[in-house]
Amino acid sequence: MSKFKKKAAVKQEIPTSSMPDVVFMLLFFFMVTTQMRETSINVKQQLPEATQLKKLARKSLVAYMYIGEPKKTEQWGKEPKIQVNDVFIEPKDVIQWVNSEKAKLNEFERDQLTVSMKVDSEAKRGIIADVETELRKANARLLLYSTLQKRVEN
Amino acid sequence: MPRPVPDIPNASMADIAFLLLVFFLVTTTVANDKGLSIQLPPPPEAMPPDMDIKIQERNLFKIQVNSFDNVLVEGNPFTGSPAELTDMIKKFVLNYGADPNSSDNPEKAIVSYKTDRGTSHKKFIEILDAIQAAYYQIYADNAGVTVKKWLDLSSDLNNPENRRLYDLGRKKRPDGSVEIPMALSIAEPTKIGGK
Repeated sequence: MSKFKKKAAVKQEIPTSSMPDVVFMLLFFFMVTTQMRETSINVKQQLPEATQLKKLARKSLVAYMYIGEPKKTEQWGKEPKIQVNDVFIEPKDVIQWVNSEKAKLNEFERDQLTVSMKVDSEAKRGIIADVETELRKANARLLLYSTLQKRVEN
Repeated sequence: MPRPVPDIPNASMADIAFLLLVFFLVTTTVANDKGLSIQLPPPPEAMPPDMDIKIQERNLFKIQVNSFDNVLVEGNPFTGSPAELTDMIKKFVLNYGADPNSSDNPEKAIVSYKTDRGTSHKKFIEILDAIQAAYYQIYADNAGVTVKKWLDLSSDLNNPENRRLYDLGRKKRPDGSVEIPMALSIAEPTKIGGK
């Protein structure tokens, strides 16, 4: 019987004293990398995929625009809409919006304003072309079609 | 008499940390500021009115997409993969007059891309991606770097080394002109489909 009573020599618990440290490290990582979204996006955002992606060099020079079918279709209808900041705008309001975005920048970097267009895959070219025409008039000609990275199949 | 050692109970510290961790995990959004970058042409009013440049047919590579997302390349229906289109454009740009129906030289070569108002954004991006891939592959080859490296370095041109490779890739001449400009013309969409 005594054979069975013999305790195993190996310690079986996992040392947990360092767990808070591990958790804190993770916590700090997420605290540093997190950025709260200041606007809630009210349009569908299923971004298309592409391979030749360029990064934006400076975030302060970027203005965001969201285009897609509204999430609340009963209120706004099914036609794709343009959202900037927190509101829906019409293509004719784009110039005004660009000017207000430019006003936020220093004078010498106003011509470097890049418009990042986050367009839903299902949106049609028509509305985007209207926006582009307005952007040309507003002299904000640097444009980035925001896309996701397409996985390359080997 | 020994003083009692004051200590804060720290058994719950891990729980608090976990709670905070979960909060940040949930609220975090990974910013994706990546995409296809293009430069729009100047506004129509700013263009000189009588600027009718004659472009020879051979120097124009036409891509058209209709509202059903069907693609015409040089007037023929195209059903191949984007990679095939990329190869066709590369061949067209780097023709140097070899094929009489293809471009004279890269400087004159223009890729014309026309869509319809009913074309989906997804298809538009797919074709635009293929066109840009062709040029970036040519540039990367000239600069002797990978395409990925090329894309990285071209978004930071303040670095002199990046600038040097960038000019090398596009074959910038001493007079400032570029031998292989990305001449991509995105035309105003037609109004046949969609509204």
